[in-house]
Amino acid sequence: MANSNPSAAQAGHQVGRSLPRLEAREKVTGRAEYTHLMQLPGMLHAKIFRSTVAHGRIKSVDTSEARKSPGVYGVYTGDDIRKVIPDPYYGPAFHDQPILAIDKVHFVGEPVAVVLATDPHIADQAVQQIVADYEELPAVFDEVEAAANKVLVHDELKPAGTFADLKHLKGRKGTNIALDFRLRRGDVDKAFISAAQVFEHTFRTQKVLHMALEPYASIADYRDDGVTVHSGAQGPSFVRTEIARLLGWPENRVRVKVPYLGGGYGGKLYIKMEALAVALSMLARRPVKVALTMEEQFYTITKHPSTFRIKSGLDKDGKIVARKCEVWWNGGAYADVGPRVTQKSGFTASGPYDIDNVSIDSYALYTNLTPAGALRGFGIPQLVWAYESHTDMIARALNRDPLEFRKQNLLREGRPQATGTILKDAAIEKVLDRIAERLNWKQQFDHGQGVVRRGRGLAIALKAVISPTTSVAIVNIAGDGSTTLYCGTVDMGQGSDTAMAQMVGEVLDMPAESVRVVPRDTDVTPYDMGTLGSRSLFHMGHAVRLAAEEARDKIAALRRELGEPAGSNAPLGDLFRKKYGMQAGNIVGTGIYKPDYIPPDGSGLTTNATPFWMVAGNGVELEVDTETGLVRITRLINVADVGKPINPKIVETQLSGASLMQLGFSMFEKMHLDGGQITNASLADYKIPGINDVPPVMQNETVDTTQENGPFGAKGVGELATFGVSPAIANAIDDAIGVRLTELPLTAEAVLRALRAKDNKPLGEE
Amino acid sequence: MSTAVRTINFTLNGTPVTADVKAHHNVVEMLQTQFALTGARESCGQGLCGCCTVLVDGRAVSGCLYLAVFLDGADVVTVESLAASGRLDPVQEAFIECGAFQCGYCTPGFILMAKALLEQTNDPDDEQIRDYLAGNLCRCAAYPEIVNAVKLAARKNKAGSTGSS
Repeated sequence: MANSNPSAAQAGHQVGRSLPRLEAREKVTGRAEYTHLMQLPGMLHAKIFRSTVAHGRIKSVDTSEARKSPGVYGVYTGDDIRKVIPDPYYGPAFHDQPILAIDKVHFVGEPVAVVLATDPHIADQAVQQIVADYEELPAVFDEVEAAANKVLVHDELKPAGTFADLKHLKGRKGTNIALDFRLRRGDVDKAFISAAQVFEHTFRTQKVLHMALEPYASIADYRDDGVTVHSGAQGPSFVRTEIARLLGWPENRVRVKVPYLGGGYGGKLYIKMEALAVALSMLARRPVKVALTMEEQFYTITKHPSTFRIKSGLDKDGKIVARKCEVWWNGGAYADVGPRVTQKSGFTASGPYDIDNVSIDSYALYTNLTPAGALRGFGIPQLVWAYESHTDMIARALNRDPLEFRKQNLLREGRPQATGTILKDAAIEKVLDRIAERLNWKQQFDHGQGVVRRGRGLAIALKAVISPTTSVAIVNIAGDGSTTLYCGTVDMGQGSDTAMAQMVGEVLDMPAESVRVVPRDTDVTPYDMGTLGSRSLFHMGHAVRLAAEEARDKIAALRRELGEPAGSNAPLGDLFRKKYGMQAGNIVGTGIYKPDYIPPDGSGLTTNATPFWMVAGNGVELEVDTETGLVRITRLINVADVGKPINPKIVETQLSGASLMQLGFSMFEKMHLDGGQITNASLADYKIPGINDVPPVMQNETVDTTQENGPFGAKGVGELATFGVSPAIANAIDDAIGVRLTELPLTAEAVLRALRAKDNKPLGEE
Repeated sequence: MSTAVRTINFTLNGTPVTADVKAHHNVVEMLQTQFALTGARESCGQGLCGCCTVLVDGRAVSGCLYLAVFLDGADVVTVESLAASGRLDPVQEAFIECGAFQCGYCTPGFILMAKALLEQTNDPDDEQIRDYLAGNLCRCAAYPEIVNAVKLAARKNKAGSTGSS
């Protein structure tokens, strides 16, 4: 398989083009299809009644008044759901989430009952008539507290069985720990004893939201012989498998159609509103649309808050000889993909450094909060926040240049990473050097005087892509030679349709614009594990390449069969006419790609943790107003190793957009919580980056590299520029004013408090 | 919630139309359910993100807050009017050429605002562009490309009005 992979040098006409997105015209004319905007004939609208308590036993749910409202079609609770789906629990890692709450509620905002009506306003008003009575139970919100297991979120763990390494957790009781990943390399305890110096710090990240501008939406149309689900989902194949499992049906009776997504960022992964829509359509025997409001997104899925205690031991020369990492992930009330985040990010929790003795413990915790999942980085931004802040703090304590200290300890090509997997095609040093170059790091930096002080900082990160995962693609050439690609990768703005078409065009020597990419529909598009973790360009890219190559080989065979002279370039349509006597027939090529992978052993070690390494870094220059604490980022530099870019312009916009999204998570975004209740669940109270938050100078660059085992030398990019933004900013703040913030977000208030504390003039409490 | 229905008459993208609306219906809902126009779409529901932008008598309004009944007698322009003839508006072309969107959900709102800005100021500088578009949000954060696109659209307009290409 790998042998037929064309080298980057051979790639020519289509790969490497900065082609505008294929769907660009649809998007600028307002005609692109999104689930939230879809209507089906006879469709009912669902509105959700949600829990007001964080943890409680449901004593009663009184729906009688709601049922009486004129225009209401039906009101349903968990008991009703069980009539059509006897075991209505879903989830990718654990089957722990009920379609509607059963017996207990586990977080504020959990769906408890639903009203259906043809008019959404009527449904909305009827929801207000529902009254629930709960016996409140003690709740736990903090991830470190949850690890003490004093308050239990669930009585028993229910792993899904999808992932082999979670099976041992089945039936475990008395714990909130949904997964504990551990890695032991060398002898950390011994290394700490002999270390010349030891540093230990703790870092925290806050609860933040994906906040796609298209809120979650699913429409189900249930018939006795099959169900069609239209959904804004990042993984149509997973939705199909999960719905089929819930219904006890074969997969081919479940059809999942996914148009464009108005943003995903990891939120729309796996299964969200789909199971509820299907259950309601079964009960109502009509199409049902579950389309959330912006506010409801706060009660659906968030990023993981985290606590990371990191400890490093150094020898007398400043070489890091030991690192101990303990990470607690606040997974909220249902596991979603948290155990995957915990394990897969755990592989690289010790950072892009060459350390002989490493100990990593990464814990996925249940708490009584909105569930947490993947958000543009699969946990990596939380880890980089800690280890790159920690790295800078050590360098400053040693009075070492942060760049030189990093370079001394950097993990280099051919050396084993913490898991034991050898580093290959990971341009860590190149990326770091480029950031330093763009920051003019070697030159004297003007830190300013008086009220406004200036600082600069950088950060570098390494990620192992989620593995092993499978992608399948089909290339179909019609009787006139026109070409269609069937692939399940979801284009949610990252430009995957365009990049995949470019790869087809490259192999078949045709303009990418002429390749039709079929919107995702599990009745026609084959299996794909999901559009997540920057995996698609690599995995689906290979599947698409293989499918196109098979089609190309079949074309060549047809030419030979028809007696075409060698080197003939007779148009494809002519070949079909010659073969079939008219414009008829097809040539179909298929491609399946699954990389090799060796699961970690009991010590978390493996010689093959990932098919490719992801490397990126960020550099920041900023100003701090020492009277107000206000930070103004004046320059943001994003550098990544993406191998050979398939579409350089799209790569650049991905880097830029990812860094700005993380800038919001770094500087101001935060879900405020009070007793489990989110007190700022609206766009009015939860600010995201706007056009005035863009730093005056931004530079997005890739370094010149080739991913040897990547399709056309390429690898993924979607998450990369998020990784190091937060620590680069905190490091620059320290550089400017000599204070260190260890908790996100880095608000003016936080900066001012730290500054005043340092000057022994602490501010009073709020 | 009043169930009374009122009939309103207004001009939609240059065509006189009639709609039956209830008092609580907003402009977005009416455009989607009665005219199958989805370019203006609700996101935040608070008039803060700009995804629902439509032009009413030449003024940009938030279609998620603006009640449909208020459109009686008004001239309403949505993003769908821009390429009605099949030919893209220079603003739309510029958004494509500059890669000024990713997921595209906020794009119609940005395009209508850019269009409104360029009608007021034919050669806006960066600060004017940022100031005018500050009420539109893009979660994919294509802001740098959007600023470039507005400037390119201004150049395209200028080239178009002087007859060169």
